[in-house]
Amino acid sequence: MIKYMLIILVLIGMAWLFIPLATEFFTPDQANMLASSYVYGTATDLNMPNAVTSVVVTYRGLDTLGEVTVLFLATAGVGFFLRRKNQSACQRRPGSEVLKSGANLLSPLIIMFGIYIFSHGHLTPGGGFPGGVVMASALLLLLMANENYSFSHGLINLTETVSGLGFVLIGLAGLLLLGLNHFLDPRWLGLGQFGKLFSAGAIPMIYGFIGLKVGAEMSGLLDSMQCDGGEQ
Amino acid sequence: MIEIILTIVLAVISLMAAVCAVRAKSTLHAVIASGVVSLSASILFLLVAAPDVAMTEAAIGSGLTTVVFLYALKHVKQNRRDSDD
Repeated sequence: MIKYMLIILVLIGMAWLFIPLATEFFTPDQANMLASSYVYGTATDLNMPNAVTSVVVTYRGLDTLGEVTVLFLATAGVGFFLRRKNQSACQRRPGSEVLKSGANLLSPLIIMFGIYIFSHGHLTPGGGFPGGVVMASALLLLLMANENYSFSHGLINLTETVSGLGFVLIGLAGLLLLGLNHFLDPRWLGLGQFGKLFSAGAIPMIYGFIGLKVGAEMSGLLDSMQCDGGEQ
Repeated sequence: MIEIILTIVLAVISLMAAVCAVRAKSTLHAVIASGVVSLSASILFLLVAAPDVAMTEAAIGSGLTTVVFLYALKHVKQNRRDSDD
């Protein structure tokens, strides 16, 4: 009884703490200095329409590099702890007929949609991370539908390595071609015409590498999770 | 007007799913309820004009996380069955 009273007291206290958040909330009608410099810089400096991508890839590009590294460490940890002891121990349930037909029809379209998301990241909403996950979901669909389906781990690892290296090399190219203070600056490649697919410097390349890397890591993670693990 | 109604409906759905996820007896139901929370959150993000976040939330939060949780649940169940034998 006294436990419930304490819980209710704590909840009331937290509600009281959050009252100012609700009462003093207002929607700002103009962007502050930092936000407006990002929004105007997206169009004038980087020559592209999507402000979110410009912040994620350029203005906060170092954070994205860190994020990609964290993701790599996480998948490496899963791969280490769930590594398969013997290949034949992997037993999967066969998918139903509906799942099989659906997977065979839809997975190429889903992979194409994932590529669209990350290759148009500088023009439309989306980017490397959602695009990669969408591609991994197509591979998951194939893995669930066909019990004998497997993809090449060498290819997945090669994709991951090449994309990670490519991302860092593009960042270093900015450092070499534009001078110091320009690590991960995409403007060393021509800015092109506003709103076209090949524009905004190296941003489509960076997002392509991020998308391939995230897709490869997520596919490897799902593959190592869906087999094995039981007999450790 | 219709946006406000949709927002309220989605907020109620996500609150109900969150309570379900905490209170559910079976872990499977809890995992699916937490996927529903992410799905309604992603539509809410779309309504407040954040399509980038909405896409990421829909793909990672409600798609991939649910699947990873279900696989983890399968592994835990297998381990428990092995230790019972």
